[in-house]
Amino acid sequence: MSQLDELYREVILDHYRNPRKRGTLNGAHVHAEGNNPSCGDEFSIDVAIEDGKITDAAMQGQGCSISQASGSMMMDAIIGKSLAEVSDLTTKFKTMMTIEEGENPVDPDRPGSVLGDLEALQGVRKFPVRIKCADLAWATLSDALEQAEKAS
Amino acid sequence: MTDLRSLRSDFPILSRSINGHPLVYLDSAATTQKPVAVLDAMEAYYRTSNANVHRGAHTLAAEATELYEGARSKVARFIGADPAQTVFTRGTTTAINHIAYGWGLDRLKQGDRILVTIAEHHANIVPWQIIARHTGAELVYLELTDDYTVDIGELESVIDDRIKIVSFSGMSNVTGALGPIDVLSQAARSVDALVVLDAAQLVPHQPVDVNQIDVDFLAFSSHKMLGPTGIGAMWGKPERLEEMEPTEGGGEMINIVERHTSTWAPVPHKFEAGTPPIAEAVGFGAAVDYLDAIGMDVIAAHERDLTTYALEKLSEIPDLRVYGPKDATKRGGAVSFELADIHAHDIATILDQDGIAVRAGHHCARPLMKYLGVPATARASFYLYNVPEEVDALAEGLLKARQIFGLS
Repeated sequence: MSQLDELYREVILDHYRNPRKRGTLNGAHVHAEGNNPSCGDEFSIDVAIEDGKITDAAMQGQGCSISQASGSMMMDAIIGKSLAEVSDLTTKFKTMMTIEEGENPVDPDRPGSVLGDLEALQGVRKFPVRIKCADLAWATLSDALEQAEKAS
Repeated sequence: MTDLRSLRSDFPILSRSINGHPLVYLDSAATTQKPVAVLDAMEAYYRTSNANVHRGAHTLAAEATELYEGARSKVARFIGADPAQTVFTRGTTTAINHIAYGWGLDRLKQGDRILVTIAEHHANIVPWQIIARHTGAELVYLELTDDYTVDIGELESVIDDRIKIVSFSGMSNVTGALGPIDVLSQAARSVDALVVLDAAQLVPHQPVDVNQIDVDFLAFSSHKMLGPTGIGAMWGKPERLEEMEPTEGGGEMINIVERHTSTWAPVPHKFEAGTPPIAEAVGFGAAVDYLDAIGMDVIAAHERDLTTYALEKLSEIPDLRVYGPKDATKRGGAVSFELADIHAHDIATILDQDGIAVRAGHHCARPLMKYLGVPATARASFYLYNVPEEVDALAEGLLKARQIFGLS
């Protein structure tokens, strides 16, 4: 597979064109916004938390396929999870994005293997300037969860 | 088409390959590549004449000063100006900041207005926002017509005594549209407003003579016209430069320093605090020599032909939308576009795999992006060293992007 095919996997283009959970939440939730000033990517998230669990979330934003697909996949990955699980997932995602090239990213012992669709984003590592695109949604989520923690 | 192909060998970087492909550099609106003449001039300065300027009685200091002031003369002559009114700055951004702080801060007050256009680069917006905040003045915008040029029809309703400064770009770094210099400066004069021309994209690409236009200040950057980064120029009318306060204090810019007060050196030194970028000035001088030898009219014609060709090739690509004038006489060679639902960053990444360098993003013009209703655009921009085959490569790369995104 060429580097470009690895970057633009079908699942990424699918999430880009059909983002999951696009919109805003009614009812109690925390809200956070993030952007990459150098490229103009924007992302905002609403997260509803009950009893230490993400019960619902919604995203809005505009930007490249990587930033928006990463956000959409994140929605799929975090809704219904406990905050501890989400924190673990975030760490695993960040680890995946920083694994050196050449290491086997699909090794079952590798963090990538539990990430589901998100694994498709590992192609981004070969394009260092694009890693911040994939990270944007996750950084915004972390902001939201920090707010929630402060408020509780 | 004016064939400047033989010049390509003057630019070492153009023989590089990127991701296994020959470099196709279409990002000159961001920064230009440098000819050997510029690199050599800078190296020769460091190798043989390096010293601080305007001080010291030794031979090297005199040589360095001569080279630095010689560069000022070259840069001034390039725009038909007097070196005594040509200030070296860090670039266009610094120049506009000098003007905003040095001229605007003491003169603007509550109720006054600064007029810009929605097509401005952040460098011609943010300094005015800051000055507006300090003084209580208000920043107001002219918008665009359907062909992306400044809507001068709005002028009549906007221009009144409240307008104290009119600051606008001579050529948009996003749409490529030429600014209506004469119309805006006349309108400004009718209410005695200061006229500032952001010429960062204009001076590198078209002949400019400060005697042929009626502006108070004009700013441009070396690195966008074959010279090094870190230096640019601010030209001003003598009376404006005289009345303007320095915004940086330090060495070089003073006449006499007492314990509590100082007097300023004459213009242009009043605005050049600290040791200046001497090697960069030398490189800047070499760059204008290089451009002069070719002729700015020749360069402008070459770019017009290339832009016409590019607009034609791009119009053949399905779902591609150009944000800028279609008429090559109304514009320069910065061509911004959007392709189907493929984000500009994705386009840039895909093109880069074939060695093609374009800019993607908001181009430091976020208010314009919002106005156009696009999150970002891709931009190809041309200079004297570009050739039609590079436009062909761009078009092929864009068709490839369509394929990767599943659009046949």
